[in-house]
Amino acid sequence: MNPDLITRMKLNCSREGWMAMKSSRGTFYLGFIVGTCTLYFFLMQVPLNKNLHKLSLLVTSKNKLKVENESLNWKVGGPALINLEHPHLKGKDSSVADDIYNKVRILCWVMTYPSNLKKKARHVKATWSRHCNTVIFVSSMDDPSFPTIGLNMKEGRDQLYWKTIHALHYLEQHHFNESDWFLKADDDTFVIVDNLRWILANYTPEEPIYFGKRFRPFTRQGYMSGGAGYVLSKGALQRFVEGFRTNVCSHTSSVEDLALGKCMEKMGVLAGDSRDSLLRETFHPFVPETHLTGKFTQSLTYRNYCYYPTVQGPQCCSDLAVSFHYVNAELMYILEYYTYHLRAYGYQYRYNPGLPDNYARLLAH
Amino acid sequence: MYSEGGSFMKGMLLGGIFCIVATLLSSFNFGHQQHTDHHNHHHVNAPSKEELLRLPEHKRIELSQNIRVYCVILVEPKELAYWAAVRETWSKHCDKAEFYSSEEVKVFESVSVETKDPWIMLRKALKHAFDNAKDHKWYFIARPTTFAIIENLKYLLLNKDPDQPFYLGHMVKSGDLEFIELSGGIVLSTEALKRLVGVLGDSSKCPEQGRMIWKLPEDKELAVCLKYTGVFAENAEDTEGKDIFNTKSVNTLINEAMAETPQEVAESCCSDVAVTFNGHSPNNMHVMMFGVYRLRPFGHKFHDSLVFLPPKDSDND
Repeated sequence: MNPDLITRMKLNCSREGWMAMKSSRGTFYLGFIVGTCTLYFFLMQVPLNKNLHKLSLLVTSKNKLKVENESLNWKVGGPALINLEHPHLKGKDSSVADDIYNKVRILCWVMTYPSNLKKKARHVKATWSRHCNTVIFVSSMDDPSFPTIGLNMKEGRDQLYWKTIHALHYLEQHHFNESDWFLKADDDTFVIVDNLRWILANYTPEEPIYFGKRFRPFTRQGYMSGGAGYVLSKGALQRFVEGFRTNVCSHTSSVEDLALGKCMEKMGVLAGDSRDSLLRETFHPFVPETHLTGKFTQSLTYRNYCYYPTVQGPQCCSDLAVSFHYVNAELMYILEYYTYHLRAYGYQYRYNPGLPDNYARLLAH
Repeated sequence: MYSEGGSFMKGMLLGGIFCIVATLLSSFNFGHQQHTDHHNHHHVNAPSKEELLRLPEHKRIELSQNIRVYCVILVEPKELAYWAAVRETWSKHCDKAEFYSSEEVKVFESVSVETKDPWIMLRKALKHAFDNAKDHKWYFIARPTTFAIIENLKYLLLNKDPDQPFYLGHMVKSGDLEFIELSGGIVLSTEALKRLVGVLGDSSKCPEQGRMIWKLPEDKELAVCLKYTGVFAENAEDTEGKDIFNTKSVNTLINEAMAETPQEVAESCCSDVAVTFNGHSPNNMHVMMFGVYRLRPFGHKFHDSLVFLPPKDSDND
């Protein structure tokens, strides 16, 4: 339909009008016809159905986004994202999870870099970190839009332990009272925080103890793998900071997890056993595929590194797994889907542990 | 002059509004009609919580125990790695799983159909299934590149009568033909399979070499034969309208969701009660087994209206 034709038709319409009776009623009818004609041809140009549909989609998706953002219920406290409400999923009875959420408060701090914010950290933010009571992204630069905190650090693998030292001091200074446990994760670690709460419910936050994937070498009591994530009790955090204050601990090396493990040992912080009640590992230093099917985890090197005896095959890993490492963006969402969404309807799990006895002694906040 | 101009403008305005309203009304009606049409003929949904709760508990338990699925898995020796993965994972949840192979293989037990032609293979497998497993109410046909969650299949089929002709899965329209894609898994009720077997011998309706001069893929041939017996393909969806039979892998679907709905990837990619995914590597099938039957967050309960028990002699579920 070319615009020429429209204007010609318009002119024709009005020409007819002029030749007709020149009364106001006549001009009214004329105007009516012109209006209808014009709009009819205009609407014919554009496929209306498609546009309406697209428009309604746009509106609903915008509304949905708004609702989504509002329901995220994050309060931004400086660089910290404070979770006001435990995320709920449709069709589930989450009363037990909600109860533990208030009694085992976990602050997650995620080690990242400015160049990784878009590639990695934002997927952590969109998935598992939503289940922490508080989450802080520790980078080398302040970025209030993400938000991340900088701690005036340089980037680089050799700075890892410095970053950890500064982060832990920061947490002890600013967030000590609002949390019971302090979990460190990388921006390629996937954590199932609800399962971590189940393990930690066995302990009181005042005890100096820490958990993770326990490695054997170089220390008496072992140390926890950095990549698989480790979690310090309040008592442990206090002792770590105390260690630096009294010079018992110092920056001994840049191998962050080992150096931290040595400080913990010196300060009398216990390296805990994070395995489930069937003695299956919960913190994992690799992706699920490697642990469930891989050959590397069967090698002597790996087996000698692990503090506990390794198990081949499906019993390598607990049903209530806590972490996996080297998880890329795609796998973050896949694991989120497998953990929180996909299931076999009506299926009765083989492993059904309850809450530990110690849980009754914990107080809600 | 002025008053004439004024009434001209009023008339034009009214004419425009009239036109818009008329078009909206007509398009709205049309859209609505299309929707109801689609609903009546082409999809099948999983039962909603309300529908299930209307049945008394003992009836629900009876139904979950009585619904029996016979799995027809069509394999070739070159797919040994997939075949092994299927044997070790999801096929253990079928009430009976039979592997139909193009030729006998020493390593694994199978029924040899002695042909490499996919359509003849499917015909022979279905005939064998019908002759040997009449007490099973439902038949699920898959290739070893597919991963299936049989409990979710049973949930879908719970309130459907197997003596009615059902032909379900991931439906695709190709020209005039609506068929179920084999890669997403094909579900046939007893009645549908009975009718198919009845027409297999009729070479005018359902010949071995297919009805076209060129070879149609076996899932299309199946649809053509079934159509002759009055059995039509239907797409299966969950209570929210999401497809539960997927011809793509979780990885592919997640990547699509990352591009389309980055704010809610895991929520919108796929159904919570999906039945099939296709294209996972054998290793990934083991990961999916862990993900579906074991990995979960502590403290969340589902008060599902059905109960399915874990199978005997299995440790990866």
